[in-house]
Amino acid sequence: MIMKINGLSKKFYTKEVLTDIDLTLEKGRIYGLLGPNGSGKTTLMRIVANIIKNTTGEVRVNDLLLGKETKKIVAFMPTSNFFPKWMKIKDTVDYFSDFYEDFNKDMCYEILQRESLDLGLKVKDLSTGMTEKLKIALTISRNAKLILLDEPFNGIDIIAKESIKKMIVQASNNTNAIMISSHLIDDMESLLDDVILLKEGRIVLNSPAEVLRDEKGLSIKAAYKEVF
Amino acid sequence: MNFNPNRPIYIQICDGIIERIVRNDLKKGSQLESVRELAVSLNVNINTVRKAYNTLEDKNIIYKKRGIGTFISEDGALIETLRNELSQRVIKEFLEKMHAIGYSDQEIMQVLGEDIYDNEN
Repeated sequence: MIMKINGLSKKFYTKEVLTDIDLTLEKGRIYGLLGPNGSGKTTLMRIVANIIKNTTGEVRVNDLLLGKETKKIVAFMPTSNFFPKWMKIKDTVDYFSDFYEDFNKDMCYEILQRESLDLGLKVKDLSTGMTEKLKIALTISRNAKLILLDEPFNGIDIIAKESIKKMIVQASNNTNAIMISSHLIDDMESLLDDVILLKEGRIVLNSPAEVLRDEKGLSIKAAYKEVF
Repeated sequence: MNFNPNRPIYIQICDGIIERIVRNDLKKGSQLESVRELAVSLNVNINTVRKAYNTLEDKNIIYKKRGIGTFISEDGALIETLRNELSQRVIKEFLEKMHAIGYSDQEIMQVLGEDIYDNEN
């Protein structure tokens, strides 16, 4: 087991955005955290990444309570574009390499080359798809136990989407777990092992995707539509 | 490969491999790509591809050699059976569709005969 959440809630002032969250993530699996905008996906990821604090409940990653030590084994990719404008791709790699002990520079160079992301390109000149690919390449090049990707398919064309899916399958192995948040279901059907549906801050469905198809004849999209 | 999202994907992967065997794209006794290679090429998670391989292995269609890889069965009779089963399924689907649009068996025979005759000439 990589991560375990028990009885988690999160309030911003008086507004409760996450309620009674219990969730376990196992090694070697790819999880989809799905729900419409405002359902609490990003908040949940930011808590697990130890950027904001939960109000109640307990989160453990690799048996450790959230803190400095879990930050070292959790790789979180936010939706925002976090690079300063002056940076070239090579600078972003150096930046990650300086910042994270578990960063594998050679692996990152290999991925960037495969995706035709030239090290000399300036970050500000990249298209949305290229920026997203760069962000993912950097995130998965950390040898993290838990990889959290917030909306990696947002605003991406179909070709870039396919390469991003490939990058995610390649990053998945039997020592890590990957969680991807998205409100776009179509692109994720074959990628996900498990589906977690979040509605108004609560988990309303948590099931292996193949079980949905096998036992109910439901695609992830159909299950999503039943809930929302 | 495009998957039907309403059917288990491991079954569709099994079907895809069986089609490749029946077409002789994957020859008797030849090596199949690894689970990880096929997962990456199809953009499917590794567990689903592994489940497909296990299913085919249970049916003796493929077999694993420890530390070497996965291979297609050398049993010619088994492959012939797969070929027959697949053709039966395709015919059944075709007949169902033709019946659904109101063709009688006799009409189906007739149009099929004409089509095959046209293709031959």
